[in-house]
Amino acid sequence: MLMKVFTDFMGWIDKRLPVTDAWNKHIAQYPAPKNFNFWYIFGSLAMLVLVNQFLTGIWLTMNYEPSGEGAFASIEYIMRDVDFGWLLRYMHSTGASAFFIVVYLHMMRGLMYGSYQKPRELLWIFGMLIFLVLMAEAFMGYLLPWGNMSYWGAQVIISIFGLVPIIGDDLTLWIRGDYVISGATLNRFFALHVIAMPLVLVLLVFLHILALHEVGSNNPEGIDIKKPKGSVKPEELSKFTFHKQYSDKYDIVDAVPFHPYYTVKDIMYVVGFLFLFCWVMFFAPEGGGYFMEAPNFTPANGLKTPEHIAPVWYFGPFYTILRVIPNAMLGAIGMFSAIIVLFLLPWFDRGTVKSVRYRSKLHLFNLIQFAICFVVLGVLGTMPATPIANLIGAIASFGYFGFFVALWLYSKNENTKPVPERIAD
Amino acid sequence: MSNEPVNNGRRRFLTAATAVVGGVGVVGAAVPFIASWNPSARAKAAGAPVEVNVGKIQPGQLIRAEWRGKPVYVVRRTEKTVNDLAKHDDQLRDPNSEKAQQPAYATNAYRSIKPEFLVALGVCTHLGCAPTHHGGDFAEFVEGVPNGFYCPCHGSKFDMAGRVFQGVPAPLNLVVPEHSFTSDDILLIGVGQGDA
Repeated sequence: MLMKVFTDFMGWIDKRLPVTDAWNKHIAQYPAPKNFNFWYIFGSLAMLVLVNQFLTGIWLTMNYEPSGEGAFASIEYIMRDVDFGWLLRYMHSTGASAFFIVVYLHMMRGLMYGSYQKPRELLWIFGMLIFLVLMAEAFMGYLLPWGNMSYWGAQVIISIFGLVPIIGDDLTLWIRGDYVISGATLNRFFALHVIAMPLVLVLLVFLHILALHEVGSNNPEGIDIKKPKGSVKPEELSKFTFHKQYSDKYDIVDAVPFHPYYTVKDIMYVVGFLFLFCWVMFFAPEGGGYFMEAPNFTPANGLKTPEHIAPVWYFGPFYTILRVIPNAMLGAIGMFSAIIVLFLLPWFDRGTVKSVRYRSKLHLFNLIQFAICFVVLGVLGTMPATPIANLIGAIASFGYFGFFVALWLYSKNENTKPVPERIAD
Repeated sequence: MSNEPVNNGRRRFLTAATAVVGGVGVVGAAVPFIASWNPSARAKAAGAPVEVNVGKIQPGQLIRAEWRGKPVYVVRRTEKTVNDLAKHDDQLRDPNSEKAQQPAYATNAYRSIKPEFLVALGVCTHLGCAPTHHGGDFAEFVEGVPNGFYCPCHGSKFDMAGRVFQGVPAPLNLVVPEHSFTSDDILLIGVGQGDA
């Protein structure tokens, strides 16, 4: 009886909006390669953290006061007087760092298995745009507590725009809305942080997933699970039903429906992730001074520069590149180039073999050195600039950019292994 | 409906003209949104000039004034410091202050109106930190130069005329703001000499 009511109701809806069809197309009958491994959880985890940031963020705005006079005190108020305010804030601040950990690993997965290669270039670009908006979102969010590191961190980043020739000074004045970073800056950053950027972020995530489902998921083998229609013997076809959008155009092999197979797998990893997340949130919410920096526990003060200005850890790699170049203008160009080359990765890689498993030893080495350089740059970004740190930073920057140049050079005629037709059991 | 033949040229012209007018409308509508980010009238008023009494500053002493929320360093340099300025010119990026980091009336060997008083923004030209004044112990950063400014953020060094040393991240000399003396002892920061 109840079932019939539900079926009738869904029938009514589906005649007016294709809800069941969308559910099948993107979840219950979406063909996902059967060999996803550990590296494939980070997309789902990023979605989870995004939801966490939205929920806790909305709740934080209920007690936060976006003004130069009230911001710092309102954070103290949230931490001390609002019931569970401390928890909501730590969920949000830990979530910010978790977001970057998850996103960096998600990108590393893409690098390892060639998930940026044709035909997934646009998917990769949407991902990079998400990363860019996420950095803007995190940067603006970090100003909101109005602590002294918030203030000086923003000071450093905004002065980078002052390096733009001719209009630089007017540009920074326009961004700040005052001769110095002030309540005016705080207010506009708040507006962008809670309304503009989240809207853009949601739109980009939506496009990222649509683009993914159009071209289909890659996998650790880098073998396409969509074969030309009619090329596969009926007994070798995947025994699952997939949405006709996919199965009408292709013969689908070695795939399972995303739901329930990967939803269940992801839930298992979500539990593990939440263990780690909660451990940090409850026992080390300041992340040892890396998630929340010590000077940020004193209010913003434009006349008192902290001893050592370091960005939050997730900006470390790019900050180090900015800093090791002894010319401010070239440093800024270097930092932005570090992000632009990532955007262009699908075109730096001229190879056709996707997964590192079937690519040359040279490529494996190049990937490993890139990952090491990235981590080293990140670590250096949180440390003071000593001559030795600058030297190591310069070498690591060289390795970072070298990855792309070397990739472009060797990928055209790379000594790859033969890629199997099918994903092995 | 008229049965006359379609004039494609006229259609294209009308489409283009409409698009142009629409585009102008979009640009016009963007103006208030972009302009609202400029400093408000209140912010501009708060950026008014400040007065500093320099009569009581001891030789070698630095005092800080605040102008437009930025620290302004006012130093009474000793005669020896002023005379020593020329001695390390070869170690500086811009010893003759050729880059426009100071008003014309301060474009001279000591980058100030009166040789005695240095007036400079305490804002590093690299990324905006506040350089620390080292009176007497600056030699640990630059050999043979007893006084100067050292930026703790990224290690930039400046001499007692706010001129930047070579081989540091800061590209330019410290900014000398518009300033003037309204009497022997009263320094006005924010209004240039001859503007008042």
